[in-house]
Amino acid sequence: MSVRVQTEDFDVAAETEKLLGSRTDVGAVVTFTGRVRGSDEGREIAALTLEHYPDMTEAEMARIEGEAQARWSLQASLVVHRVGELKAGENIVLVITAAAHRQAAFEAAGFLMDYLKTRAPFWKKETTSAGESGWVDAREQDDTAAKRWT
Amino acid sequence: MSSAATRRVRLLYFAWVREKIGCPEESVELPVSVATVADLVAWLKDRGPQYGDAFARPQVVRAALDRVHVKPSAPLGAAQEIAFFPPVTGG
Repeated sequence: MSVRVQTEDFDVAAETEKLLGSRTDVGAVVTFTGRVRGSDEGREIAALTLEHYPDMTEAEMARIEGEAQARWSLQASLVVHRVGELKAGENIVLVITAAAHRQAAFEAAGFLMDYLKTRAPFWKKETTSAGESGWVDAREQDDTAAKRWT
Repeated sequence: MSSAATRRVRLLYFAWVREKIGCPEESVELPVSVATVADLVAWLKDRGPQYGDAFARPQVVRAALDRVHVKPSAPLGAAQEIAFFPPVTGG
């Protein structure tokens, strides 16, 4: 069970192997990778720059992971979030959940992403291919998605 | 030295709140009459136009006390570090 903030990329297969090793009790593993989308509402996005609140980020991510563990019977979990400048197509976030059965793994991964999006202190600034930059607005649909867990 | 009527706190700003205010953090002497997050926002708005700009729509600015999310009505209590930022957009 761990959370991490880093500038460098992650390798999904290597992280899964490191998390689970040779455990034989895990029956279901869900991995979710969020990537920088190259377009948003008609704008061509060249890159995102992710800012965060260093002293709070990992504490909040750990609180979110702790809530997931309290709600589902997880055998292992990992959340990795990147910061800094990320170009279109690059990885942003990785969530891995492992459980005995698939339902807990699927649901916990969805919960972790919904809560990361609405509670973890990260902010995205986008740079378009024309060189214009601006802060990304929070989306109401993310709040709606998070509310389904309450 | 801070008098009994004030206390020193660290304020942090992120994303466009930081850009509008023009600095990432500052240390301020806060009058003890500033009791809640909403009081602090009102107090900051009197400090200059850049604060007025950052808090023009206070309902869209979020806050954390000692690194925990709080609502505008939250009492500041003994918090040492108070952060203001836009709604988060990670993930």
